[in-house]
Formats: sequence, structure tokens, C-alpha cells
Amino acid sequence: MTKLADPAALAAWQAALAAADGHDRPTLTVCGGTGCRVYGSERVCAALQQESDRRGADLAVKVTGCHGFCERGPLVVSHPERQMYTRVKPEDAREVVAAVLDGRPVADRLRYPDPQTGLPIQHEQDVPFYRHQHRLVLDLNGTLDPLSLDDYVAAGGYAALAKALTALTPAAVIAEVKAAGLRGRGGAGFPTGAKWEACRRQPGDVKYLICNADEGDPGAYMDRSIMEGNPHRVLEGLLIGAYAIGARQGFVYIRNEYPLAVKHLRAAIAQAEARGLLGENILGTGFSFHLSVRLGSGAFVCGEETALMASIEGRVGEPRPRPPYPAEAGLWGKPTNINNVKSWAAVPLIIANGAAWYAALGTPTSKGTLIFSVVGKINNTGLVEVPLGISLRQLIFDIGGGIPNGKQFKAAQIGGPSGGCIPAEHLDTPIDYESLSALGAIVGSGGLVVADEDTCMVDFARYFMQFTQEESCGKCVPCRVGTKAMLATLERICAGQGRPGDVEYLLELGETIKRSSLCGLGQTAPNPVLSTLRHFRAEYDAHILHQTCPAKVCKGLITYQVRPEKCTGCMVCLRNCAVGAIHGAKQQPHTIDPAVCTRCGMCQSVCKFDAVAVN
Amino acid sequence: MPVPVGEIYGLINQEARGEGSVIAALEAVQSRYRYLPPEALLLASERFGLPLAQVYAVATFYNAFSLKPKGKHCLQVCLGTACHVRGSPRILERLETRLGLRAGGTTRDRRFTLETVNCLGACALGPIVVADGEYSGQMTVPKAETLVKRLLRAEAEVTHD
Amino acid sequence: MIQLTIDDRRVTVAEGRTLLEACREHGFPVPTLCYHPALKPYGGCRLCVVEVAQPPPPGDARPRPARLAAACTYPCEPGLVVRTNSEAVQRSRRLTAELLLAGAYQSPEMWALAKSLGVEQVRFQLPEADNCVVCGLCVRACQEIVGVSAISLIKRGMAKQVSPPFEIASAACLGCGTCVLICPTGVLRLEDVSGYRSAHAAGAAEAREYCQTCSELDLEPHFVAAPEALLAAAREGTGL
Repeated sequence: MTKLADPAALAAWQAALAAADGHDRPTLTVCGGTGCRVYGSERVCAALQQESDRRGADLAVKVTGCHGFCERGPLVVSHPERQMYTRVKPEDAREVVAAVLDGRPVADRLRYPDPQTGLPIQHEQDVPFYRHQHRLVLDLNGTLDPLSLDDYVAAGGYAALAKALTALTPAAVIAEVKAAGLRGRGGAGFPTGAKWEACRRQPGDVKYLICNADEGDPGAYMDRSIMEGNPHRVLEGLLIGAYAIGARQGFVYIRNEYPLAVKHLRAAIAQAEARGLLGENILGTGFSFHLSVRLGSGAFVCGEETALMASIEGRVGEPRPRPPYPAEAGLWGKPTNINNVKSWAAVPLIIANGAAWYAALGTPTSKGTLIFSVVGKINNTGLVEVPLGISLRQLIFDIGGGIPNGKQFKAAQIGGPSGGCIPAEHLDTPIDYESLSALGAIVGSGGLVVADEDTCMVDFARYFMQFTQEESCGKCVPCRVGTKAMLATLERICAGQGRPGDVEYLLELGETIKRSSLCGLGQTAPNPVLSTLRHFRAEYDAHILHQTCPAKVCKGLITYQVRPEKCTGCMVCLRNCAVGAIHGAKQQPHTIDPAVCTRCGMCQSVCKFDAVAVN
Repeated sequence: MPVPVGEIYGLINQEARGEGSVIAALEAVQSRYRYLPPEALLLASERFGLPLAQVYAVATFYNAFSLKPKGKHCLQVCLGTACHVRGSPRILERLETRLGLRAGGTTRDRRFTLETVNCLGACALGPIVVADGEYSGQMTVPKAETLVKRLLRAEAEVTHD
Repeated sequence: MIQLTIDDRRVTVAEGRTLLEACREHGFPVPTLCYHPALKPYGGCRLCVVEVAQPPPPGDARPRPARLAAACTYPCEPGLVVRTNSEAVQRSRRLTAELLLAGAYQSPEMWALAKSLGVEQVRFQLPEADNCVVCGLCVRACQEIVGVSAISLIKRGMAKQVSPPFEIASAACLGCGTCVLICPTGVLRLEDVSGYRSAHAAGAAEAREYCQTCSELDLEPHFVAAPEALLAAAREGTGL
């Protein structure tokens, strides 16, 4: 494989790929995201390939990145028609291949049923989950083989880099990113162009770039999905940024819990280096940039930029105070620019299509698209890319398909452990940086967890506080001890030992921890508690003043009881109880001894007669 | 079993590329042996010219590192938010009761290690339990029970052989 | 020289000073705990927080929003508007001091400091209060002044503690006692340092420390005594 000598060679290669034999032959793409792999998509792919070979058909089968609709995996889509097959098993291969090659109808179970009519939907673009989305960053995730540089180049990949290197000055690149209105997608929403400019202005030859891929927010997985599905786009964004800022060395700091993303990223780096798209004298233009991968070792705090840099330097991931900001003194004291995976991945799109194209989407202050992972008590769990400014209602009900099992929506937690919850009365709030922060939530990393009527908001707040408490680095007092004090108070409340004054104490702690902590982790840690206190104060009062958990979650406040009228005396719960808390004879209604019962819920899960109630 | 110091030193050397690579070196040892033998920290300290106290601080700060050998079978319960609202804490409790372990612990006979993870990013499948690298989705307390029984039975057969 | 405003007074300080140094130079009292003039600032205890506001941009008279920042690490910048004793500052210091007491409520030194900031009661106590406030002074002194790094802050979050490697006697410790002298809560004792083992926070780990033959010990210390032999074996094994 030879290195591309100049930008013209890249264009020629792209043209050759477009003209190559079989580039437009029918193709089946199989989702290879982590979710679908767990469902067995690799076996599905092998079965489809085998069936295609058996028939001697000119049908390409390839594994792509995550298609986003995790709920219905494994997903298979035919191209160019975009017929979508869901929950495909290896034994369905014959049927799917026959449908593609012979136009035979497939069984309804392989189709997504329209939530309104129940009728099977044939085409991907007609599925509500996709229809309301606006996929820019995720656009190629469902069609590219992430391990193929050919695929990316054929789709126009690295043309934005060539454009930047040949037609734009570094200052013009920054101006374009500024004009596009791109804001940091890692959570804080700082304008990306201004950040780049600050780093570019710093004196000195040695500058570093960092791609923050330490996606630690529980319930968010879009960064992983981008790196798994389209790693070259992240590389291209970093290359354009390096050219604009004047950096020669970059690092991708990625969670080691994401082995597939690491593999794809490393493969992409090796391919780009082999073709002269990364390394010395890129595309013959004299511009050089090197990229290394660093694995995060399981510390949420390393998503904070100064802690992340400490980790890259080989030290304990403790944040340090800012100023100085990384743009002034970052990695090894040199000017450093850090952006999130999503921000880097948006850059090639902005350079290729122009700032105006990108800025046409969104609201006056929040441009472009956001990617959410919509999870929790929701029908269509998955990755969703939407323009900024759409309402939560559209996101949760039109795209997410609403709440399962006919339950009531209670709240959406946005921004994970740093964010806050938004209750039903604010469902029509537009999703943008300003509106969410006015409600005590943040856009954050894009994790959106839906809570329904069975979710206890006090327990929910306790969960997040436990998370941040365990992930606190322990350097500063408000975060180390303050979050512990908050957690201990919440644990008491959940155990039914709340006291009047607890709420006021939580508010006092929360406000002080936010203002006085050293880094972003501590400064945002109280948010889940403060926002649930703001929107669900009544649930706290029920726990503290009335000793009840309205959602029937908190173990200290509930009991399991057998409904004698429904119990058939089948003995199943009795046999399954790990602690022997259930008594009764065959065909006689059983009883649960509350003193022995650990409230594990096993009896309720195994009862076929709905005879176990929680009170 | 004696610790193969030569092999460990080889791994550390392989990863020793420039400043800051001490964490990568420890990661290499961790992924090979599933824990960091004390010797590895001493060797890393020597190789990178860092005080042993600093290497020890690093090894105890990051969750990915373990200073104790892990069990033969490793069970991980995802406690990410999506799994939490779908009931993973009860599954964890059940596994703790069945294995007689607290999360993060290893049984005395070194057969089982029980761990928690904060989001595996497969939220559609939640709650998730990973047993020896194999994902089980949509877990319930009864399914967790079955999983443990299967593992315990397999282990009992090994003992009898 | 840099000009800035502290508590409504214009002051001039040399370049490179921190806000804490500027305050002390000009007689504004700011309480500290984890700060020591001989050591690099750490920013951990948050007792020295002050309110800091950027100067308003030219042509805009409205004051910029103030935020709390640790004075010990904040560099002086031209035009900064600093408040060292506002209501917000006092409230923050009071609660922080109360949180420090949560793990050190038996320490007279900590009580004296907290009382001077207006703390009357401790609403939250840690079950394992060992009087160590994890200020890191001993660790930084060992590293920066003594230069041996016999101890470090190990683990993280609530479990963070001062310890030699492997929580056993450190071969690097000289027994100089600097850590003992610098400890603000008197939790390190001289006999800990000069005798059998290195400096060590008092507490549960001590008992286990002496039990070197017990199989329950997490790590047996046998190899620490002869690192050279181990390295020789390693080099032989790899042919390096």
C-alpha cells in the first residue's frame, strides 16, 4: 500500500472506488454494535454470508457500526432499498436473502410493527425511530465497514482534510468552526472555535491535541458507537484540528471497557498511517501529525480534562485547579486542546459542507445536532441524533416510542451524574444548552434515562450520589466528604430514618459543594439531588414525614405480602425464597414473614398468578 | 506458583514508550495476569524511574487494577443507570447472597469473583450480567439464580473429576 | 507588576503570585490548612476559597459574576476583583470546616480552626474518623523537601489515605520526621517514623501491620527487602 502523494491522489482514489466493479451491488448490512453483538449479530452475519454463497449470489454482506435501534437487534438492512429486518436470527438467513434477491415477502416477525397501526414497516426510513432523526455524525454508521478505509474514502472521507490543507488557512478553519456555532459536545458546551483559537494563539512549537473518549456517564454510549462505527471520521476531525491549532501530536484517551472501539480506532490509525493520511508530510503538504491511543483505567474523574491529562502523564487521575487552562498549560505544561469524540466527529462535516449548512440546524444559541442515548423505561432504547431545539416530548414519545407496559412517564434524567431530571410538566421544553440549565439539568454527554411511575426519585438521586461518591478522586474536601454526607443522608431517608431538616441540610451541602469543589465532578455532583428536590419535593416528604415510598422501591419502607385471594398455594415462591421467609402448605395461601424477608423481590418475579403485592 | 518476573519485566518494557506510559505498562500486566503482582509495581518503578510510592498510588487509584488475584470465574453486574432503573441492584444482591461475597470480592477458594461495572453501554439489554466475558441481557432475579446454579454445578463437576 | 482589587482596595503585586500570597502580603487574612509556604500549592482543603470576578470588559460597567476559587492556587491576573470575607465565602468555609471535622472530630487542632470560622456543631461524622484530613502535607513534604517519596496518597475518594507502598514498612523512609512535624492534626507520631516502620496514619491498618506472618495479609512483604535481587532475576529472565 503506497502513501497518497498529494490531495489529487486522494481524489483519484475516491473516483476509482466509485467506478470499481461491484461498488453498487446489493448489500446487506448487519449491525455490529456492542448491543447487537450480544444478541448474536456475528452469527447472523455468518449465516447470511453462507446463504449468499450457497446461492452463488452477487450479494455483499458486511458488518457495520451501530445502527442505533438497539431495542430491535440484531438489525439487518438491505441496500440500496433500505429494507429493514429486525431481531434477525441465524435461521432467518434464507428468508432474508430470498427477500433481497427474489423480492419474496418476509414474515412479520422480522419487521418492525408500526406502533400506531401495528402493520409491519418495510423501510428503515419509515420507522418512527429513524424518521424523526437528523443523522449527521451518525450518518454513515449503518453503511460503512468500520475496518475499511476504502469504505470511508468512497463515502467522501478525508476530502474535508484535503480541503482544509489546500484551500483554507488555519485561521480560516477556525473561523469556519466558529461560524458553524459548534459547542463542546462533552457536556459543558464551550464554543469549540474559541477554544481552538485560544490554543493556537499560545506561543511555542509544541502543542497537543486530545480526544476525550473516556465516556464514563452511565447510560451514555454514543462516543463508543462513533468510534466503533466510523473511527476515521474522528481521526479526520483531529487532523483538521491539528492543522488549525498547530499541533503535531495527539492522544485519544479511551475507556478500556470499550475493547471493540479500541480495536477499530487502532486499526484506523494504522490504515491512515499506511496511506499517508496520518504521520509525517500528510498528503504531501508538509503537515505532520501523530496520534497515540491511551487507555483509561476505570476512573470516571478522568473524563475531567485536567485529571485526564494527569492520567496521560502516567499519574493518579487527580484534577488540578484552573486557571491555568489546558490551552495555556496542558499536557506536560504545553498548550493543549481537548475535545470530546462527538465534537471532533462533527468537524469534517462542517469543513466539507460549510458552516452555514451546519448552523442551519438548531436554535440561535445551540447549533447543529446532538446525539442522545435514550435508555431506561422506554420502548425504543437506542442512539438518537436530533437537531438541537426539538422538544423532550418528541424525543421520548415520537422517537423513543414512549413508556413500556402502559406506565406513566415520570421524569427524564439528562446529563447523567452531573445532570438533573426534567418532570412531565416540562416535556415541551426545547432541548438546548440554555433551556435545560434553566431547569437544573444539563445537555451533558447526552445520556437520557427515562424514569416511569415505578422509579423512586429519592432512590434515583441516591443512586447518582453513590456513583459520584465512589468516583470522587478524594482530593478536595467538599467532594470527598460532602458527597459522603449527602449520600449518608439520602441512605437514611431511603431506609425510612429521615428526619425533619434533612432536606434543608441536603440543600445547604449541595449548594456549597457546587460552588467550592475543585473540579467539574464535584461542582456538578449535587445536581441530581438538587433537581429532584426541586421537582419532586413531595416524594422526599413522603419518605421523611410519612415513612412511605410512593414508588414502592425503597426497601426500608415496603413489605411484600401475599394476596390470599390470588394465591393458589403452588409453593413456587416458597421454594425460591433464599431466606425461608415464606410459609404455607400446598394449595393453601402462603404468608411472608416481614421480619425475615429481605425484600429481594424473587417471590414476585416467580409468581405466575400475580399474587405477591408490595405495600 | 512463583511469579514470572522475567516475563513481567518483558511486558513492562514492551509498553515503555515515552513519558507517561507507566499506566499502559501496568495495564499490560493486569490484562495478562488479571492482577498486578507486587513484583510488577517494583519493576515498573525501576523501569520508569518513579518512586514506588507513586506507582503504588497509581495502582490503587484506578479501578481497572487489582492487587489481588481474581477468581477463576468472574461475574460482573452492570450498575449503569439504565440497568439500575430496571432492577440490577436486586440481581447483585442475589448473587452476593448465593456466592457469599460482597461486590468486589473473591471467594476464599478463588473460584469466583463478583464485580460491578458502571455501564457497559448495552443499555437496551439491561439489566446485564457478564459471566466470564459472556453477556446475559434482560436479567431477572430468577435468571441470575439459574446462572449461578449453572456455574456452581460446573465447578462441582470439576472438583469431582 | 499586576494590579487587582481585594475587598475594595486596589493592590499591586509581583507577577506570578497567587491570590493567597497577594492577600497575605497586603494583610487580608485567609485561613488555610493544606497550604505550606515551602510546598507547591495543592488546592485540596478549600478553606482558602475567596470570591473571584473577572474585570468587566471595556465599555461595560456591569460587574462580572463572581465564583469561589481556592486562593492558594489561583494566579493573580490584572483587574481581578476579589472578596476574601463575603457571606458566600464565610458560608463555604464554615461548611467545609464542618466537613473536615467529620473525620477529625477528636482533633483539638481541627476544632480550634473550625471554631475560628464559626462552626458550632458537627452534623455528620464518619464512622472511621482517624483524624487524618487527607491534606497531603506529609506526602508533599516527603516528596518535595525530603525528596524520597516514601509515602503517597493511595486509593481514592473516601478510601484515600496516606500510606507507604503496600501499606508496609517502606525501604525509602529515612525516619527524618518531617511528615510528623508538618501534620496539622497530629495524627502522625514520631515513633511511627523512626522505629520499625515508616510514617503511618494511625488507625485500623496499624494492627494488621504487625501481623506479618498471618496469611490474611493482603501482600507479604518478603521481596521489598531485596529489590536488587528481583531486578536481577527479571533482567536474566528477559535477557535485557
